[in-house]
Amino acid sequence: MSILIDAQTTFIVQGITGREAVNLTRECLEYGQGARIVAGVTPGRRGREVHGVPVFDCVAQAVEHHGAPIDGSVVTVPPAFTKDAVLEALYNGIKLVVIVTERIPRRDVAEMVEVADQLGARIIGPNCLGIIVPDVIKMGGIGGPARDAAKSYTPGPIGVISRSGGMTTEMSSTLTAAGLGQSTAVSIGGDAIIGSTYAELMPLFEADEQTRGIVIYTEPGGRMEAELARYVTENASRLPIVAFMAGRFMDEMPGMSFGHAGTIVEGKADTAAEKIARLTEAGITVAEEISQIPALIAERIGASL
Amino acid sequence: MRFYEYESRAIVARAGIPVTEHGFATTSQRAREIAQEIGGPLVIKSQVLTGGRMKAGGVQFADTPEEAQAKAEQVLALEIGGHRPRGVLVDSRAQVAHEYYAGVVWDGIAKRPVMLFSDMGGIDIEEVAESHPEHVVRAHFSTRTPFDDWQARQLIASLGISGGALTRLTPILARLARLFLDYDMTLAEINPLGELTDGRFVALDAHMEMENEARPRQRALLAELGVGEEETRQAREATEFELAGERVDTSDHRGVAGNVTEFDGNLGLVIGAGGGSLTLFDAVRAHGGQPANYCEIGGNPSVKKTCELAKLVLSKPGVERIAVMMSIVSNTRVDIVARGVIKACLELGFDPAQKIAIFRIPGAWEEEGFKILRRYGVEYADRSVSLHEAARRAVQKIQGAADGHSAPTHDAASAADQAPATTASAG
Repeated sequence: MSILIDAQTTFIVQGITGREAVNLTRECLEYGQGARIVAGVTPGRRGREVHGVPVFDCVAQAVEHHGAPIDGSVVTVPPAFTKDAVLEALYNGIKLVVIVTERIPRRDVAEMVEVADQLGARIIGPNCLGIIVPDVIKMGGIGGPARDAAKSYTPGPIGVISRSGGMTTEMSSTLTAAGLGQSTAVSIGGDAIIGSTYAELMPLFEADEQTRGIVIYTEPGGRMEAELARYVTENASRLPIVAFMAGRFMDEMPGMSFGHAGTIVEGKADTAAEKIARLTEAGITVAEEISQIPALIAERIGASL
Repeated sequence: MRFYEYESRAIVARAGIPVTEHGFATTSQRAREIAQEIGGPLVIKSQVLTGGRMKAGGVQFADTPEEAQAKAEQVLALEIGGHRPRGVLVDSRAQVAHEYYAGVVWDGIAKRPVMLFSDMGGIDIEEVAESHPEHVVRAHFSTRTPFDDWQARQLIASLGISGGALTRLTPILARLARLFLDYDMTLAEINPLGELTDGRFVALDAHMEMENEARPRQRALLAELGVGEEETRQAREATEFELAGERVDTSDHRGVAGNVTEFDGNLGLVIGAGGGSLTLFDAVRAHGGQPANYCEIGGNPSVKKTCELAKLVLSKPGVERIAVMMSIVSNTRVDIVARGVIKACLELGFDPAQKIAIFRIPGAWEEEGFKILRRYGVEYADRSVSLHEAARRAVQKIQGAADGHSAPTHDAASAADQAPATTASAG
């Protein structure tokens, strides 16, 4: 079916009265079967409405208003206040938090992750565009306005995981055009520490019958690709993976910072070349260009285009 | 952002970690004065952000204030890794019995800070970890619960260290862990952490790096250290072009025109978003193109910001054309970017159809954007043309121009050379 979210998922938007949040709220309500956004939270703005969604001062009021546990939250609160908002969501029983905000100090991210772990909750992001189950529901700005998202995403057998929000859509659109839809696409965020890595999402995709293959977008910096390679090797995953890696030029420019905060080239083990070798050794196909991805994954899952 | 050694020393001293007596001097005269105050044998250390000081002659010994002055004079004039020193550290030369290593970094997989400790200090810790792994121990710690001394003690003891060394090292490591969190560091390293002949432990060198995102909330510390807000402390100095790019980005809070980086080619790149930029830059190079720059457009930049960025790139010496390309956009408006880049061409007296090699941004408001591009005769491509293919076309266009195709005139022959005004289908 999908991972993380489905047509029944209820969620709130924290920081809902902000410009970006107002837009994504409308987008989520209009996309697919219509997201069940049960409330918004912006401290001090209780009583307002955003596209028909009631706004509260705190998460506890939203839960009370809903009359039942709320599944998720999309957080757009500015970086100085994001940790506080996320902890509030977690301590009020929310189990899935999508953090859109960027530029959060990693100490704060580590704290949020630690609390999420303790409470059995999951964080997607930060600095991400969210999650989408094509034609069903989206949680976050991923894909943009409903009619644009509908152009890029279509239901199908491929799970998509990407460190870049824009590239989630670019790769999915390429797959869609080739007739290979997506089961769920997840923008996991570009920072050095994120709530859910590729390896951590793999078991979820493996448990999803609809998913038959995985496509990932990755960049130099960090060890998440090595973690994925190790996971695949140790767990005999049923899902073939095709990866695309951008930023190869950075191998020639050590010490410079491009792309996301997590993309800083330091040391041999983190170069694009080394990562590609590691992925290939683990049986993950590495595409040279995005246009090659559909044929590569189709072959590996035994589908014809 | 990186700190100079003299700043890192100040940071660890502030946290209660013992350091040798030292002073920071920007002139050899001042170095002499400090030497006189401290007395005894000294080390004069160049204060640069790059490594390799020892090898480059940036670390000198001196036994008298006169010698200190002479050595300081030398070191102040010595360029290391392309950098002139900001000053010198005049340091008391300690009587060291043994050198240890203590450091804290982020572990992105464990998503926690990790403390590393070794009884083989004074050398590169990565080398030690590789050749003598039994001499390096590590422990992760919580960001939610305060760091307790026993956590440090347990780690140190796991190397077999006991006695006075254990009890003296414990508070040092504990304070290092706390300062790492308190000051939003991404790296906090003391190497070597010296055991002196008299039994005291002191930080003989310190290397700290703070996360850039945390600078707004670490103003007090930065002000105390005298670090200016405008100081970026990057690996290399920003060029004029790059500084101008930053000004474009910060002058307008709407959207992002970030990471403007200078290269020296003839194809200007107005590209985004983050992942798209990396992909496009690779693609341009793969096709033999020569980028004049790198950048990342993101969020929803205004017409003004887009225009200013495009003008900056167009004005760069050597730039023949620009390619405007992005991965499919969700909340960036295609029509706004189109307006911005066309405005930039017009304001500089260029024909947008000539100057823009290709415009490839599919996504939100694309129909409106394509309309504007058609009106000005700019070649554009929709999502059926991949990022790679768009890059190829841009490179081909510019190389075609270099091969001597004439500028468009009104005669029939060269009109056929011009890209069609509406290129909406796949190549």
